[in-house]
Amino acid sequence: MEQQHARPTEPPGALEEDLETVFRLESPRVVAAVARIVRDIGIAEELTQDALVAALEQWPRDGLPGNPGAWLMTTARRRAVDLVRRRERYAHKLQEIGRNLEAVPPPEEPSAPDDIDDDLLRLVFTTCHPVLSAEARTALTLRLLGGLTTAEIARAFLVPESTVAQRIVRAKRLLAQRNVAFEVPYGPEREARLGSVLGVIYLIFNEGYAATAGDDWLRPGLCEDALRLARLLAGLMPKEPEAHALVALLEFQASRAAARTGPHGEPVLLKDQDRRRWNRMLIARGVAALARADTTGAPGPYALQAAIAACHARAYTYEETDWPAIVTLYSLLAARSPSPVVELNRAVAVSMAEGPAPALEIVDALAAEPALRAYHLLPSVRADLLARLGRTAEARAEFERAASLARNERERELLLRRAAENG
Amino acid sequence: MPRYLSLVKIDESTVPAEGPSPELMQRMGELIEEVTKAGVMLDTAGLMPSAQGTRVHWEGGRISVTDGPFTESKEVVGGYAFMQCKDMAEAVEWTKRFLKVHEEFWTVTCEVREIAEG
Repeated sequence: MEQQHARPTEPPGALEEDLETVFRLESPRVVAAVARIVRDIGIAEELTQDALVAALEQWPRDGLPGNPGAWLMTTARRRAVDLVRRRERYAHKLQEIGRNLEAVPPPEEPSAPDDIDDDLLRLVFTTCHPVLSAEARTALTLRLLGGLTTAEIARAFLVPESTVAQRIVRAKRLLAQRNVAFEVPYGPEREARLGSVLGVIYLIFNEGYAATAGDDWLRPGLCEDALRLARLLAGLMPKEPEAHALVALLEFQASRAAARTGPHGEPVLLKDQDRRRWNRMLIARGVAALARADTTGAPGPYALQAAIAACHARAYTYEETDWPAIVTLYSLLAARSPSPVVELNRAVAVSMAEGPAPALEIVDALAAEPALRAYHLLPSVRADLLARLGRTAEARAEFERAASLARNERERELLLRRAAENG
Repeated sequence: MPRYLSLVKIDESTVPAEGPSPELMQRMGELIEEVTKAGVMLDTAGLMPSAQGTRVHWEGGRISVTDGPFTESKEVVGGYAFMQCKDMAEAVEWTKRFLKVHEEFWTVTCEVREIAEG
């Protein structure tokens, strides 16, 4: 170790940096633990921020505590318990003068470390609650569980910071107004609510993986935030096959990230990707996660999608892809959770396994689908099939239509290039 | 979110003859579980002592093979951790926590390096 680079004493400014990192890592757990006491994630976040302010005052004076995370947790919890007691005293006083307030439950005893996972899980189910809009769910989940700042979320979704800040404020208010219980649902409601949680993470990933708008084809930061959330959720719910399946799907998708963009940021399609650039560690992690998701029962939608992604990951060349297996998996997926987009993907697989003609029949059956009216991939797939059938004039018109619908600049360029090729 | 490789280099002379203590293994296990559950740890492992290792060297167009033990034992790679973190500061924070579970008689250096992507 070279002495001149050693840092036995922390240089000035290092504490702030440490503190910021420690705070980002610990805040989800602190917010979750405090929310269980005060039953309100907005107040929980404020109390967590208060603990940070206290740390900023005390740590530079007294030095960094041995376990900064525990210090923040204890400080925030203490404030939460004080707040609840004050509320109780206030309610009691009002009762004395003949006013009735809703009774507040007494604060619970400090939790054991094992309870932290339960608290985090309650937090996930709350930030992904169906009373919130999709935008609110993603923003709140990234903020409270992903530890992103509002500025970071705004940058990721290409919206002004004030918009994100407002979304978060409104979301917290709505949860409070609707008296959304800070709990993990059980019984029949659980599966639907889990679907909502998985959907939020998937949505975040997809926004990074194929940006719906803007100039960049890929925003890897969002993919990685989603992947971290997915891994976190699978750790919190080890018995949920679909949680592991979502991890598997995202690991497989992320393994291709480096190969999905060309030297100038242009999209590179699956069949043209240099598969040597696929990340083998992530593929191996995907395989392991899919094995954990393996159930004796019927595979869920994420397990089926992960299995399809695994088929691609297993093929060292595009030609080696097991298309018949992929067709079978898409058929199962279409039966399990039918959607026009799944049907469109099935058509692509059929075109590879059986040829463009039967695939075109599937695609043409989707032409009247209102959900796909503005979906650029429908004309894009159709154009590709027409080109393969030698119907170049029709293919060109379809590529142009697809380009006019594409909201991502990089995709639009690609589609216009393909239109020109069919000139 | 970049990926980092933490190369755990140990002074093998400070490793107890009977290997790491059960208490250390317990604390290490708990920490690794925590880092894995946080979605940060991608892969980690400890290595067998360097005495059982082999060095394969390429120089001047020739291969030479040397079996352990090797002369220098001050900073020998004894393990590794692949982590996916927001930035270097976060990777360093997790690394500090990893080092703090060791007893005081250990001498360990973690070299945290960002993985070149693309």
